Amino acid sequence: MRTANSLRSGPDERGHFGAYGGRYVAETLMPLILSVERAYAEAKADPEFARELGVYLKDYVGRPSPLYFARRLTEHCGGARIYLKREDLNHTGAHKVNNCMGQALLARRMGKKRILAETGAGQHGVAAATVCALFGLDCVIYMGEVDIERQAPNVARMQLLGAELRPVTSGSATLKDAMNDALRDWVANVATTYYMIGTAAGPHPYPAMVRDFQCVIGEETRAQVAAAEGRLPDSLVACIGGGSNAIGLFHPFLDDAEVRLIGVEAAGHGIETGKHAASLTGGRPGVLHGNRTYLLQTADGQIEEAHSISAGLDYPGIGPEHSWLRDVGRVDYVSATDDEAVAAFLLTTRLEGIIPALESAHAIAHALRIAPGLPREHVMVVGLSGRGDKDLASVMAREQARAKGRAA
Amino acid sequence: MSRIEARFAELRRAGRPGLVTFVTAGDPDLATGQAILDGLPEAGADLVELGMPFTDPMADGPAVQAASLRALKSGASLRTTLAMARRFRERDARTPVVLMGYYNPIYSMGAEAFCAAARDAGVDGLIIVDLPPEERDELAVPARAAGIDFIVLTAPTTDDARLPTVLAGASGFVYHVSIAGITGTASASLEAVEAAVARLRRHTRLPIAVGFGIKTPEQAARIGRLADAAVVGSAIVNRIEAGLKWGPESADRDRLAASVLDFVSALARPLRAQAKVRA
Repeated sequence: MRTANSLRSGPDERGHFGAYGGRYVAETLMPLILSVERAYAEAKADPEFARELGVYLKDYVGRPSPLYFARRLTEHCGGARIYLKREDLNHTGAHKVNNCMGQALLARRMGKKRILAETGAGQHGVAAATVCALFGLDCVIYMGEVDIERQAPNVARMQLLGAELRPVTSGSATLKDAMNDALRDWVANVATTYYMIGTAAGPHPYPAMVRDFQCVIGEETRAQVAAAEGRLPDSLVACIGGGSNAIGLFHPFLDDAEVRLIGVEAAGHGIETGKHAASLTGGRPGVLHGNRTYLLQTADGQIEEAHSISAGLDYPGIGPEHSWLRDVGRVDYVSATDDEAVAAFLLTTRLEGIIPALESAHAIAHALRIAPGLPREHVMVVGLSGRGDKDLASVMAREQARAKGRAA
Repeated sequence: MSRIEARFAELRRAGRPGLVTFVTAGDPDLATGQAILDGLPEAGADLVELGMPFTDPMADGPAVQAASLRALKSGASLRTTLAMARRFRERDARTPVVLMGYYNPIYSMGAEAFCAAARDAGVDGLIIVDLPPEERDELAVPARAAGIDFIVLTAPTTDDARLPTVLAGASGFVYHVSIAGITGTASASLEAVEAAVARLRRHTRLPIAVGFGIKTPEQAARIGRLADAAVVGSAIVNRIEAGLKWGPESADRDRLAASVLDFVSALARPLRAQAKVRA
C-alpha cells in the first residue's frame, strides 16, 4: 500500500508530479487523452490485463532480463561491485519493448487499429513496429531525417517489420520534431489512431503509464540483487533522455532512502558549450509536448535543439517525474559527454564482450567515474538499457576521424 | 464594453458576419509584419489574430510552422509581438487584437507579467492552443484580472458532456475548430459546421467564430452564413510566403504586403455583402 508520504504515489488525479506534468494539449486531443486515461485505469485494475502482459513479457520479450555481475569492469575500477541490468538482451534489444507491449495491449482493448510512434535512435520505433507486427496493427513511425541517416540499421528493421516510416524535416529533424509530427497526425486521425509514446513524457497519463510498464526493470532488479547479495543495492545508475528506463529502474526504490539514485544526462560536447541534451542540468521549467518539465530553451521560451552523439538522448525535454524528483532531491542528476560515452562504449565492449547502446554508455561512463572511489562492498547497478549494434557506424566513423586527426 | 463585445455588437447591427484574420507577428520580417497588421482593418478584417511565434507549433500545419520560423529568424520574440500590438493600437482604437499561440513563451515570461504587458499593449484576447480547460486557470485567471478575454477553443471531438467544462467562464467569443486536424489542411463540410454551430448555440450566447481550413472568399462567405465570424489564417500566410519570391528589398516587401492585403479585401467583400442580403 502506498502512503501519502511515499515518493511513489504520484501523479495526482490531474497528472501532476508537484509542479510538473499535466495535459497541455489542444482541445481536439483532450477527449482522446481522457479516454486513454480511462482505458488505462480499467486495464490496470483488470487482473487479466496483467496476466496477458506477463505472458508476453516472459515468452516473447524474454523477461526477466538477467542481472549480470560485471567482473572485469569491477576489477578495472577497483571499487564498487558493478552489476549490469541487461535490458539489451530483451527481444528487439532495448527496454523500449516493455512499454510497447503494454501499450499495444491497451490499444487493442480500446479497439484502435492504427498505431503512431515517434522515434529518435529507432529503438522505440523498432519495438513499436515489432508489437504491431505481432498483433496485426497498422504502424506509422515519425523519425527525423537526421536520425534516419545515423540509425540506418533500425530504419531497415522497421521497414522489414511492415511499419510505414515518415521522415520528419521540420525544425531540427530529430526526436522533438518527430514528436510534433506524430501529435499532428494524431489530431487529424483521433478516431482510429492510438499514439504509442516511447518515453515517460507527454500528456498525462503517458508519463505514469510508461513508467508503470517500465517498472518491471526495477522490480526484477530488486529481487535479483536480493538473491545475489542478500540486500538492497547501494546505488542505481541510469541514462536519461526522456527518462523511461531510468524511472523504471528507480521507481521501485524511491522509498528506500538508503539507495542512491543517479540519472545521467547527455552532456554532448560539454554543458559549457551549450551543445548538449541535459535538460535538468542546463535547462529550466517550461511546457512542451503536453507536459510541464525542464526544457532546453532560450530566454524568450523558444525550444532549443539538443545535441548528443546518441540519437536516443537527443531531446530538449525530460519526463516530468524526473523534474519533480530533481526538485525534491531524491535523485541526483549528472551528465556525461559524447567523448566519455564513447570511451565507456569501447571499454565495455573490450572488457565484457558487451556492446552497449550509446545511450546506456552514458550511464556506464558515470559508473566508471565514481566506482573507483567507492568501497568494495558497495553494490552498484547500472541500467544497460539497450545494445549498441545500431551505433556501430557512428562510433566507427568517429574513431576513424580521430585516428586521421592523430595521423595528421 | 470590451472591444471584442463592441465589435460583435456592431456586426450584429450591420447584420453581417465578421472576418477574423490571422498572421504571425514578424512574418516575413518585423517591418513588413507591422505594415501588414496595420493595413488589415482597412482591408476588411473585423478582428485581428496575431500569432506569437513558437519553435514547436504542434497544432499547426506547414504554412504556419514556416511562418513562425521566418518570424523567429527575423528576430521576432514575445516582446516584439507585444510591441507590434502596441503600435497597432496607437493607430486603431477599435479593432480587437487577439494574441494566438502556445503557452511556453508566456510561461517563460511569467503569466502575470505577460498579462500586464498585453493589457498595456491594448491586447483584447488570448487564444492559447495548448491550454485546455484542465490547465488554463494559471493563465485564464490573471488574464481576466487584467481585463483580457481568454477565448476558448471547441473541436469536433468536444462532446456534449464536455462542452460545459470547456465553455465555463468563456468570454469574448468561442473559436470553433471545424476539423479534427491541424491548420491549413482539410476543410469541414458545411453540414458539419452548421450542426456544430447549432450545438454550440445551445450551450452559449457568446459569438461563434469558425476556423481551420477556410481558404477562399467563397468558403469564408459560406461559413459566414452559419457563424458569427470566419477565421482565415493559413491562406493569408500562404500569400506572405508566395510574396517572398519578389525579394528582400523594401519595395519588394511593400509589394508583398499589398498582395496580402488585397487577398484580405477579397475575403472581406462577400462577407460584407451579406449585410444587404440580411437587411
